[in-house]
Amino acid sequence: MKKIVCICGSGLGSSFLVEMNVKTVLKELGFNDIEVEHTDLGSAWPGIADIIVCGSDLYDNLKRFGETLPLDNIMDKNELKEKLTAVFQTKGLL
Amino acid sequence: MDFLASLVQFISDLLSNPKILLGIIVFIGLVAQRKAASEVIRGTLKAVLGFLIIGLGADILVGSLNYFAQLFEYAFNVQGVVPNNEAIVSLALVDYATATAAIMVVGMAANILIARFSNLKFIFLTGHHTLYMAALISVVLTVAGLEGVVLYLIGGMALGLTMVIFPAIAHPTMKKITGNDEIGFGHFSSITYWLSGEVGKLVGKNSKSTEEMNFPKSLSFLRDSSVSISLTMLIMYLIVTIVSGPAYVADVLGVTDNYLIFAFMQSLTFAGGVYIVLAGVRMVISEIVPAFKGWADKIVPGAKPALDCPIVFPYAPNAVLIGFLVSFLGGIAAMAAMLLLKDTNVFGGNVILPGVIPHFFVGATAGVFGNATGGRRGAVVGSFINGVVISFLPLLLMPVLGDLGFASTTFSDADFIGSGIVLGLFATWGKWAVSLLVVVLFSLPFLQAFLSKNKAQ
Repeated sequence: MKKIVCICGSGLGSSFLVEMNVKTVLKELGFNDIEVEHTDLGSAWPGIADIIVCGSDLYDNLKRFGETLPLDNIMDKNELKEKLTAVFQTKGLL
Repeated sequence: MDFLASLVQFISDLLSNPKILLGIIVFIGLVAQRKAASEVIRGTLKAVLGFLIIGLGADILVGSLNYFAQLFEYAFNVQGVVPNNEAIVSLALVDYATATAAIMVVGMAANILIARFSNLKFIFLTGHHTLYMAALISVVLTVAGLEGVVLYLIGGMALGLTMVIFPAIAHPTMKKITGNDEIGFGHFSSITYWLSGEVGKLVGKNSKSTEEMNFPKSLSFLRDSSVSISLTMLIMYLIVTIVSGPAYVADVLGVTDNYLIFAFMQSLTFAGGVYIVLAGVRMVISEIVPAFKGWADKIVPGAKPALDCPIVFPYAPNAVLIGFLVSFLGGIAAMAAMLLLKDTNVFGGNVILPGVIPHFFVGATAGVFGNATGGRRGAVVGSFINGVVISFLPLLLMPVLGDLGFASTTFSDADFIGSGIVLGLFATWGKWAVSLLVVVLFSLPFLQAFLSKNKAQ
């Protein structure tokens, strides 16, 4: 696991706040070497990251670019932590 | 002596270069937070680089917009204006970058101050909108005659006010959408969101939610803004080139390409310019927002973060698409009205075209707000009214923007326009009138908190 990217419509506001949350959660889970970035929908490409995090409204637009983690409440840190933990567990990293 | 003189000259050149000045501000901020050297270097360079990229994007946008403006004027005999925040801000930063950077910093401090000592406990975290509002305020107040430190202080106070007042306006409906009181809403078109929510209450009795219906998923490719900008600019460009005819394109504009290919390339050039400006903006704010958030968390622990509009999109994905499409229709209806009435001159010889970004984000959010209070009827009527309002409002803003009022682009979201109009109106009575207005408004939240505290005791 090297990189997580957070994506929203214009890659300015909400994806950036999600990025800050992801960084906090990663720290809590004890991952220090995963790169986290944010960008817009138009800049996504297949293989852009190991995990894409976005609002559930953008899930259909993004799932073709790789493993995508949709959030129902994009600012809910608990939801984010639960879902990230689940992904890490299936990958055998936790 | 020569060395000293050239050193002084060098320093003054350094400080009068807005991009470098911004870099210095970021540098000081990072050092003050005792960041590691690597982070200080990265943050400072990226802030300067981001500003440079915005300027490069501006050049591209201007090229495409100039052709469009000439074609539109020749075709319809009236000036066409494409509202787009990124375009107008990138132009504003050419002349007003120093004031914008200073006002942004003072404004963020003012936001923290108000949240700390008054009952308006919002911390506005939508960094690009803070930047755009700072640019708007620096243009309007400079045109009003303010300059130097007074401009930065008054402008910063005005910015700080907008960063708490507009989230407060949106908050009642926001609570309804999210179902809690924890997060605020920070996207500068709260005036039309509020309007959409109120209209929803009026028309939406017994109307079912948009989320209880099936809406075609195939339209969701329009959520990609570079696709939707290209598409709408292409349609508008094709219309003006075809009406103007190949002869005008070849002889007057001096284009050697086929005129339809020219239209295609220019519309994509516009989309490319917006994309580049956005990349620059992203770079600038990604160094500023975490610092701002860090300070705010420390100084105002219980504050509500006011967040960007896509925060509400997952609550009502159907309302998002309905809001976009219906708001866009409202924009087209408004444009048709302006075109029909162009000879009566009631609209000052301008036609506002439906800009896709504003209808997209603002229209979508208006749809969600309308749906929250009035179901699908609320979403449809609310976002239509939103589309009409954000089309007519810029006509009132353009006169107070000085030379930028004649650019063929302008601010697109209602709170920028509303703030600009109010400040510009007071500015017509002199720079002291507008300064007094800002100072009085700024003291009100503190006064209110003071009085309510006394009452409680």
